[in-house]
Amino acid sequence: PPRSTPSVRIMARSLVLTGGPKKAAKTVASAGKAARFYPADDVQVPKKSRHAKVAPKTRASISAGSVVILLAGRFRGKRVVVLKVLASGLLLVSGPFKVNGVPLKRVNQAYVIATSTKVDVSKVTVPASIDDAYFKNTSKTNGKNEEEFFDTDRKAAVVSDTRKADQKSVDAALLKAISGTPMLKEYLSARFSLTKNDKPHEMQF
Amino acid sequence: ECRLLLEKKKKRNKMVFERYVEVGRVCLINYGPNDGKLATIVDVVDQNKCLIDGPTTGVARQIIPYKRIALTDLKVEVGRGAKAAALNKAWTAAGTQDAWDNSSWAKRLQAKKTRKGLSDFQRFKVMVARKQKSAIVKKEMKKLKA
Repeated sequence: PPRSTPSVRIMARSLVLTGGPKKAAKTVASAGKAARFYPADDVQVPKKSRHAKVAPKTRASISAGSVVILLAGRFRGKRVVVLKVLASGLLLVSGPFKVNGVPLKRVNQAYVIATSTKVDVSKVTVPASIDDAYFKNTSKTNGKNEEEFFDTDRKAAVVSDTRKADQKSVDAALLKAISGTPMLKEYLSARFSLTKNDKPHEMQF
Repeated sequence: ECRLLLEKKKKRNKMVFERYVEVGRVCLINYGPNDGKLATIVDVVDQNKCLIDGPTTGVARQIIPYKRIALTDLKVEVGRGAKAAALNKAWTAAGTQDAWDNSSWAKRLQAKKTRKGLSDFQRFKVMVARKQKSAIVKKEMKKLKA
């Protein structure tokens, strides 16, 4: 086995980090007594992260059927129904579209106030096809393109037919569930806002 | 003229204060762990504090400064330093709890409490109800003005 000289150690370390311990051992073993090559500069190789990507825990106040207030984005202030929690931890949410114009969309629970109002969504079937991949943004528009940037006549965003169909099917059952409770439809079509004398830290939602 | 004023004063014969710190006075505690509870003044210690007790309302027998209590109109027939049994008897005999609950003071406090605990949906319904009420009132006002 080769002597553990400093150069061998450096090489072995960088190999472990880039290729893994087995590959490193192989290369070191075949290196002989001294390494025939070592890099001119000592390059800092960053440590490989051992962090496992885990979906965040959903707040206890949020569950399927809870009415939730969106706090950011185009639909800020809208009251919306949570349909389910997706695998990524994001909430799948629907206006319903006919009520307040919010389509099927993903929403991060951090940008949401959970209210205590719940809608019975046991009869609402969300198709299994609607998951994180369904919402993944596939268009690869490079913002670096100057022409596109200054293009004044932009084509309007087109909503795919599958999205429209899915929206219709999900909302049909959802609207039925909402019509059960009096004033709930009006509540969902109204936006939330803070007015004078409102103290959000003292308000119960 | 001076005589007339004196006569007027005699006829009035009214004291400036109506609620006194006395044995049997029912008071509302408005500060501390017993905030919002009723108790009876059972003895007076000095010009700053008194002894209160509220066995029916869950207030332990204790000395409390006047700054922490508010006197109510209600009074209970008890002797000085009365113990729990006598207090309970007198309290229920006078129907104090009902008298308090029906008072506008108690109702106002309850209303404040309910308003604070409303959910977002309930607040929305209240807003709609107020608008409807206002519409009805305005309609009637218009009729009267015409």
